[in-house]
Amino acid sequence: MSYTLGQEQLDGIEEILQRDLIDVGVRCVFLIDMAGNIIANRDNGKIKHDVYSLAALAAGNFGAVSAMAKIIGEGEFSLLFHKGKKENIHFNKIITEFLLITIFSNDISLGFLRLKVNETVEKIKQILESVQAS
Amino acid sequence: MAFVNPKKKEVQVKIVYYGPGRGGKTTNLEYIYQKFNNRIKTEMVTIKTHGDRTLFFDFLPFDIGKVNGYDVKIQLYTVPGQVKYNATRRLVLRGVDGIVFVADAMAVRREKNILSLKNLQENLANYKKSVFKVPIVLQYNKVDLAEQGIPLLPLETLNKDLNSRLKTASFPASALTGTNVVATMKKIISMTMASIINELK
Ligand SMILES: Nc1nc2c(ncn2[C@@H]2O[C@H](COP(=O)(O)OP(=O)(O)O)[C@@H](O)[C@H]2O)c(=O)[nH]1
Ligand SMILES: [Mg+2]
Repeated sequence: MSYTLGQEQLDGIEEILQRDLIDVGVRCVFLIDMAGNIIANRDNGKIKHDVYSLAALAAGNFGAVSAMAKIIGEGEFSLLFHKGKKENIHFNKIITEFLLITIFSNDISLGFLRLKVNETVEKIKQILESVQAS
Repeated sequence: MAFVNPKKKEVQVKIVYYGPGRGGKTTNLEYIYQKFNNRIKTEMVTIKTHGDRTLFFDFLPFDIGKVNGYDVKIQLYTVPGQVKYNATRRLVLRGVDGIVFVADAMAVRREKNILSLKNLQENLANYKKSVFKVPIVLQYNKVDLAEQGIPLLPLETLNKDLNSRLKTASFPASALTGTNVVATMKKIISMTMASIINELK
């Protein structure tokens, strides 16, 4: 069994990631599913991370935190943030099956990043929901 | 569940090595990593304890080239085998496309193999999947130990315990020396690809 998204949807998602996140200074962003598959990714061209390993670890990490949420009686943690000295990672769940992961440096404030991520999540949600419905 | 990307002409497929703790799952991936190091451009990812036991999973991405014009990216995972890590084991199974069940052929591990296979069945049920529907291959590992006089389970016993209902391909193997490690992997890849190939058009 497999699933897919259309060329049009993928183009739409990549354009949103580029315009709303990369163009405002985010270094690297990727949309993955909870199995660890990469749906779309974009970066500013200056860094080359091992995105497949990052996706596998991100899905595992988010899954572990969600399982913890259940144990303590919290439905879910819909977002996660890891702070580093220079680089930071932000995770945001989209519907039940997808995660948006952004990597950004300290030039961007967390507040601004969150704002941009929220906008992006809303737009991508619409695309993904239209696919699920069809 | 495999993701097909028509834009990049790429398919990502998730294969999980499952089985009792210390059966040789990590050793399988390590062998593959060394054997194909010219084709695997990234590091193998492992999350383990100080005692070198798998804590969460190992991860190895493996490109097998093109199938029907699509670049196929196989993602190999192992689970932590220890009984107490069931919650993490279940997470790794999310979206699985194919499974290698690594059984430990040592006679003393008979019960552990059976329990682990049962545990796999329960964890798959959690995702509404069945061990009888997901592509699965059995590997009877550590057959090299026979030379050292260590008692091993006869193949008939292993088949009776683990394969009487599955009726799937099985390989006596040694992850340590590499015997049948690649054959096991090739078999699960071809079975898994067969199950999704119709969807690549
Ligand atoms: N003799 C022998 N030892 C093996 C073989 N495969 C794994 N081992 C050893 O068994 C132990 C556990 O292996 P490991 O791959 O960590 O098992 P895992 O818990 O299933 O990941 C290690 O000490 C390995 O060196 C094998 O085919 N033959
Ligand atoms: Mg291991």
